[in-house]
Amino acid sequence: MQTVDALAKVCADVRPGEPEEGVLGVVPRWVAAPADVAEAAEVMRVAAEHGLAVVPRGGETRLDWGLPPHRCDLLVDTRRLDRVVEHAAGDLVVTAQAGLPMRRLAEAVAERGQRLSLDVPLAGSTVGGTIATGAAGPLRLLYGAPRDLVIGITIVRADGRTARSGGKVVKNVAGYDLGRLLCGSYGTLGLIVEATFRLHPLPSACAYVTSPVADAGTAHEAVQAVLHSPVVPSALQCWTSPGQGPALGVLVEGVPDGVAARAAHVADLLGPRAAVAEQAPHGWGAYPDGTTLIEVNAPPASLPDLLGALPPEAAAVWSASGHGHVGLPGQMGAGDVASALAKLRGALAPHDGGAVVCYAPEGVREAIDMWGPVPALSLMRRVKDQFDPDHRLSPGRFAGGI
Amino acid sequence: MNGMEQTLRALAERFTGLLGADAVITDPVRLRTYECDGLTAHRAVPGLVVLPDSAEQIAEIVRACVAAGVPYVARGSGTGLSGGALPRTDGVLIVTARMRRVLEIDIPNRRAVVEPGVINLDVTRAVRPYGYYFAPDPSSQQICSVGGNVAENSGGAHCLKYGFTAHHVLACEIVTPDGEIATLRAGGPGYDLLGAFVGAEGTLGITTKITVRLTRLPEAVRTLLAAFDTIEAGGAAVSAIIAAGVVPAAIEMMDALSIEAAEAAVGCGYPPGAGAVLIVELDGPAAEVEHQFAEVERLCRKAGAFEIRVAAGDAERALIWKGRKSAFAAVGRISPAYIVQDGVIPRTALPEVLARIDELSAESGVRVANVFHAGDGNLHPLVLFDDAVPGAAERAEEVSGAILDLCIEHGGSITGEHGVGVDKARYMPRMFNETDLDTMQMVRCGFDPAGLCNPGKVFPTPRLCGEVPGVRRGVHPLVAQGKAEQF
Ligand SMILES: Cc1cc2nc3c(=O)[nH]c(=O)nc-3n(C[C@H](O)[C@H](O)[C@H](O)COP(=O)(O)OP(=O)(O)OC[C@H]3O[C@@H](n4cnc5c(N)ncnc54)[C@H](O)[C@@H]3O)c2cc1C
Ligand SMILES: Cc1cc2nc3c(=O)[nH]c(=O)nc-3n(C[C@H](O)[C@H](O)[C@H](O)COP(=O)(O)OP(=O)(O)OC[C@H]3O[C@@H](n4cnc5c(N)ncnc54)[C@H](O)[C@@H]3O)c2cc1C
Repeated sequence: MQTVDALAKVCADVRPGEPEEGVLGVVPRWVAAPADVAEAAEVMRVAAEHGLAVVPRGGETRLDWGLPPHRCDLLVDTRRLDRVVEHAAGDLVVTAQAGLPMRRLAEAVAERGQRLSLDVPLAGSTVGGTIATGAAGPLRLLYGAPRDLVIGITIVRADGRTARSGGKVVKNVAGYDLGRLLCGSYGTLGLIVEATFRLHPLPSACAYVTSPVADAGTAHEAVQAVLHSPVVPSALQCWTSPGQGPALGVLVEGVPDGVAARAAHVADLLGPRAAVAEQAPHGWGAYPDGTTLIEVNAPPASLPDLLGALPPEAAAVWSASGHGHVGLPGQMGAGDVASALAKLRGALAPHDGGAVVCYAPEGVREAIDMWGPVPALSLMRRVKDQFDPDHRLSPGRFAGGI
Repeated sequence: MNGMEQTLRALAERFTGLLGADAVITDPVRLRTYECDGLTAHRAVPGLVVLPDSAEQIAEIVRACVAAGVPYVARGSGTGLSGGALPRTDGVLIVTARMRRVLEIDIPNRRAVVEPGVINLDVTRAVRPYGYYFAPDPSSQQICSVGGNVAENSGGAHCLKYGFTAHHVLACEIVTPDGEIATLRAGGPGYDLLGAFVGAEGTLGITTKITVRLTRLPEAVRTLLAAFDTIEAGGAAVSAIIAAGVVPAAIEMMDALSIEAAEAAVGCGYPPGAGAVLIVELDGPAAEVEHQFAEVERLCRKAGAFEIRVAAGDAERALIWKGRKSAFAAVGRISPAYIVQDGVIPRTALPEVLARIDELSAESGVRVANVFHAGDGNLHPLVLFDDAVPGAAERAEEVSGAILDLCIEHGGSITGEHGVGVDKARYMPRMFNETDLDTMQMVRCGFDPAGLCNPGKVFPTPRLCGEVPGVRRGVHPLVAQGKAEQF
């Protein structure tokens, strides 16, 4: 049987890929949008039988991150896998299919006064894509990243078989935690089809305390003061953009009285220019401006070194959880990006930190090492070989050429 | 002397050269002290015990074991309750008791670096002067090791709010099953291997250095004890607290039988006549805690609490916790023997499951005392029996197993914190199908294709790792092009 017929037999929504559907320019031969988990498994089975290279696609907000796949025969579009499977409000747990937009998940659980404590910064991003990229915004300081909130996961393996780990209860140590392993795996270990998350109650009040700061040293001192205070902020961000000094933003959440008292405490710590507001400041939780986007892993005390290593044309958004993004303008030459990157990595290495390029224009991409040193790479390769022995899942997109 | 004995003897000589004679145990009497962990039902005298002092030594030991085809098992403090550290008679037991240094306290980054044998509570002791603590607080925290916590992904009473060990470990240096030293880091480039390693029960390698996250000591802590006529009323209070959007640091519950035991053992003085007591602890910024504490008190009363005691200070708080903390040991006062079960159910299924446990107990004539982390549905039924009565242990074992079935039936788990180890491997197929287990073991095959690192734990049947087809050999093209690095 022809490949396309075999695919069409198991999935009603199969069509040729369009040029604009290219993953960093690699145009898929076919696009399949399975309607449910069983169909997704069938599609993956056919892909295995026909030796197709598969790239999953969610909301396409970050499909251009990573490297171009060596090969892309089949794009598996998850947009029809968009159900909230179960919201067990009394247990603070929700199970959703991978293609469900995060926004819709948030709306669904908000009806019962709950939230998934991950920022939903980009409209359209899906449950599966968020897990696959390990994406998290400022709330990460208190609540962690997807790895900390996924309590169960169902994937379709490269061979088309469906596997589950974890479950529907938060406390559970039965078996290995594949959920954490799949977080940040960029579609290279399996197709995520369903996930269960732990939820938190929506706080009844919140306040954002913001303040410009004079320089990197002052920013560092203020960050340290807030971190070591008993305030327990939900988020603590630092921004800079070209030509402007750094600014800080602190989010406190809780009950109205508590929030008022804690926000006042934070304002005290940030100094006379601090302002308190209920609304998020402009740019809260957003990426920095720029074309080339670099994710930095920078523990709190590295802030002055991080800021000191930024080239003047860079913008940065950093969270005291130890993660941030740096944006560099599109006109910056490949050589300049490469040396800016080297400087960043050099500044962060003594702090056990690093810098990974999420996105860079083609010319730049070729001149740089996107990932930097990858510790334990040989173990990663061996895990990949187990999950995807033929290297058909998003081949070449990931760290170390995985 | 048979082949195995010869091999072990040769290893013992090699290790004596490497570690010194005092770090290698071959004497049968001394070996016996390591024959089991906290779960004494499973025993095996290890072939050889070593007490290394560094990652390099562990790497050498592992390499020697691999070269000789000898299985090895890591052991921390041996408090595990699922037989995870059960040794192999034909293998080497690697004990981390000499690796007890707190290597670094890094307050600006809110982290500390410790060796695997460091006792859980010693981390907190070391950082408390700076206003910090290590959040995972298993009840065994005075003796269990951080390496064991990592392996078991341990939690404690306060994990309802603060999560488990997995949420508090930032990096692990490990000796891989090949005997290489590697560092797994959360948030670095590539796969989250750390996420897979934590909770793998020592089957993916041995951790030799752990970077833990430190948590700021809360500004305020408030604790109350509420007494109810029935378990149902206590359960209703728990549901109401959660529904009100409160996330307490801990919610613990005890039933009448476990209260009786605790009274007999430590005289905790809980309100007489209680069918259930609830301990609720809130912590955090003072202004938040005060508000929510009043709410919790109100909800407990509304659910029918006939007495509420609020701890006025640390001493009274300790008194409230005393009964709960002594519960396991205390049942020894009312029963000659008992099984500590560990299962999880969705919190909302509590009333139904407890009713079913009651039925099971009535039908079988086996008494069950219930102690549990009610906030997260983690049950610790204590199944009581008299080991002098023939058949009693088997009947207790049956009831204990039936309780796990109940947990699975209600969408829960066969273990919330004690792990699978050898004890529950046979229950894994009730919770996961063959493909699920096969997929988990793909991770194991990636880490430990030879299957020598703590074999026979977690999975009922090992997966053959085999030669993987299509594996790229030699240098990866991207490495050749200088686009990626290989270490
Ligand atoms: C402030 C801020 C911070 C952010 N931080 C991060 C961050 O730290 N790291 C980060 O990576 N992103 C980050 N994001 C990006 C954003 O959240 C992601 O773009 C989004 O979650 C991806 O979802 P998507 O549905 O659009 O996926 P897509 O863009 O469609 O796909 C993204 C990747 O996931 C894979 N994928 C998608 N669905 C599946 C599936 N079901 N199974 C397997 N693989 C799948 C794709 O193959 C692709 O590699 C951040 C965004 C903002 C605004
Ligand atoms: C009275 C009592 C109360 C308890 N309460 C709790 C509780 O509240 N919550 C809870 O979660 N647990 C509890 N436990 C269980 C136990 O204490 C924990 O599982 C603990 O984390 C085990 O630590 P350990 O050092 O004793 O490990 P061990 O028992 O020595 O080993 C446990 C497992 O870890 C592996 N291991 C040990 N060190 C390493 C290492 N360096 N690298 C890799 N693997 C390693 C072993 O191979 C084994 O599989 C309790 C136990 C007792 C006896």
